[in-house]
Amino acid sequence: MIRNLWNDLEGTFFPESALDYMPADRLREVQLQRLKAVTALAYERVALFRQRMEAKGVKPGDVQKLEDVRLLPFAIKNDLRDTYPYGLFAVPMSEVVRLHASSGTTGKPIVVGYTAQDMEVWKQVIMRTLYAAGYSRGDVVQNMFGYGLFTGGLGLHGGIEGIGATVIPISGGNSERQIMVMKDFGVTAVSCTPSYFIHLIEVAGKLGLDFKRDLKVKRGVFGAEPWTDQMRQYIETASGIKAYDIYGLSEIVGPGVAAECQCQSGLHVFEDHFLVEIVDPKTLEAVPDGEEGELVITTLSKQAMPVIRYRTRDITAIETRPCACGRSIRRIRRINRRSDDMFIIRGVNVFPSQIETALLKTEASLPHYQIVLSRKSGLDRMEIRVEVTGEMLSDRLSEMEGLQRRFSHSIEQITSLHPEVTLVQPGTIPRSEGKAKRVVDRRNESV
Amino acid sequence: MKIRQISVFLENRPGRLSALCRTLADAGVNLSTLTLAETGEFGLLRLITPDSDRAKQVIEKAGYASTVTEVVALQVPDRPGGLASVLQVLEAHSLSVEYMYAFAMRTGGDAVMVFRFDDMDRALAALQAAGVGVFKAVDLFGKRPLANGH
Repeated sequence: MIRNLWNDLEGTFFPESALDYMPADRLREVQLQRLKAVTALAYERVALFRQRMEAKGVKPGDVQKLEDVRLLPFAIKNDLRDTYPYGLFAVPMSEVVRLHASSGTTGKPIVVGYTAQDMEVWKQVIMRTLYAAGYSRGDVVQNMFGYGLFTGGLGLHGGIEGIGATVIPISGGNSERQIMVMKDFGVTAVSCTPSYFIHLIEVAGKLGLDFKRDLKVKRGVFGAEPWTDQMRQYIETASGIKAYDIYGLSEIVGPGVAAECQCQSGLHVFEDHFLVEIVDPKTLEAVPDGEEGELVITTLSKQAMPVIRYRTRDITAIETRPCACGRSIRRIRRINRRSDDMFIIRGVNVFPSQIETALLKTEASLPHYQIVLSRKSGLDRMEIRVEVTGEMLSDRLSEMEGLQRRFSHSIEQITSLHPEVTLVQPGTIPRSEGKAKRVVDRRNESV
Repeated sequence: MKIRQISVFLENRPGRLSALCRTLADAGVNLSTLTLAETGEFGLLRLITPDSDRAKQVIEKAGYASTVTEVVALQVPDRPGGLASVLQVLEAHSLSVEYMYAFAMRTGGDAVMVFRFDDMDRALAALQAAGVGVFKAVDLFGKRPLANGH
């Protein structure tokens, strides 16, 4: 009730988002109080955390100030695999109302659980995510993140309903139908992976639609994979929408850990629920604000599965300047800001990061690769050369051919182009300063 | 019972195989047998050597992608129908052969063949129950000098 009144009065201010503007000293107090509680919870209820803390000689009582989080041991993804499925749960199953799991392309999946209160917190951080990107009641939101065990679809879903917008739970895939729904249902906002939206822009074009004229979409939140400023520029120019970056990971909560506001300059971390640190990935020592390092997250309010000092493997930095939007919660830099050389092949815009995303769907770590563009009798060809590593290698030819097919298939899924995938020996892709040149365009060499 | 086989990824280009063989020769790695399986674009060189740990090190250090798998070496009677009699045992247990090749050595009047099965453990059990000779590493390499030159 109050919310509706506020919306009518202010138009832009929502009570859930009030926490984004909490005075900094009050925020640190809340964080410290919650850090103490979550450390005690993890110590008392989760064997892994207790053993690690005992091994380091740390007791929950040693956490007296926020910086004391550095006394605590780290957790990594393998800890979730090793304790599969419920080993990190801190509550009995009778308290767990929701489970999600990773797709588990490499070995066992990881399983995460939520209590009713965790679900409420998750909904609220997604609401804050959406408000920050300018969503509100009255929006018709096409949620194209996958529904099911993946946290993306259902995570966004709860928050979209939470803000009172209309959610279309369409999930991913079937691109032509997505465009039809987007047009016929009068969709005003979307959520999906950035590569998928780039793909949809191409599909709309093929269907003869002008994204800006024929569709009503005004904004989108994009995440679940790294994307570059060039990709954002392309999305915004080609479709006329505003594209916002969102960040999260299943191990912590799913989407809803951090999100861009309309200033689009870094992602605000919902710090009352997530304590972030940036550490040097080699020494694991804290780096000063503003300097790059690995993002480490401690959940401050999770009940079902508290996670202490989780190493995300994502490289970012804490922004030191205050944001123009006035939010007091701090920002992290976009996870992937390296430059990207987009190329156009057969009329389709392709970003090397899309190829990377596709390769990572098949392999746990990114292999060295190179995109070679060439022209044969007037037709453009895209060849992806991938260096084979010992981990990718099988003694069976059929499996190696299967690997080639899987690469080719996931690239086709993301770009709608059928590439030629060539497996090459390690070290055969030329590198300059240790980095491989990603795109080689030979289309002008032939007549 | 099982023997370690090293598979090396090679592009199908002139000189690639000889470069690898030269690397192994220079390091004094003695090859007991090898076979090349290939598609149009790439090949898998599978080799067996008495000193597989060192061979793997040498291959990796030279920058090749390689992987170690276990295979078995079977005694196959060197007469018409010799191989068929071995395969029959597998067929009876619905076991499938992933691939096989001859070992460059004979024992008495019999041939030695290297097999890779889908289900190695079940295959081994079935073969032994049927009385097919399975070589141990020591049978194959024992009488030969280990890698020379070091």
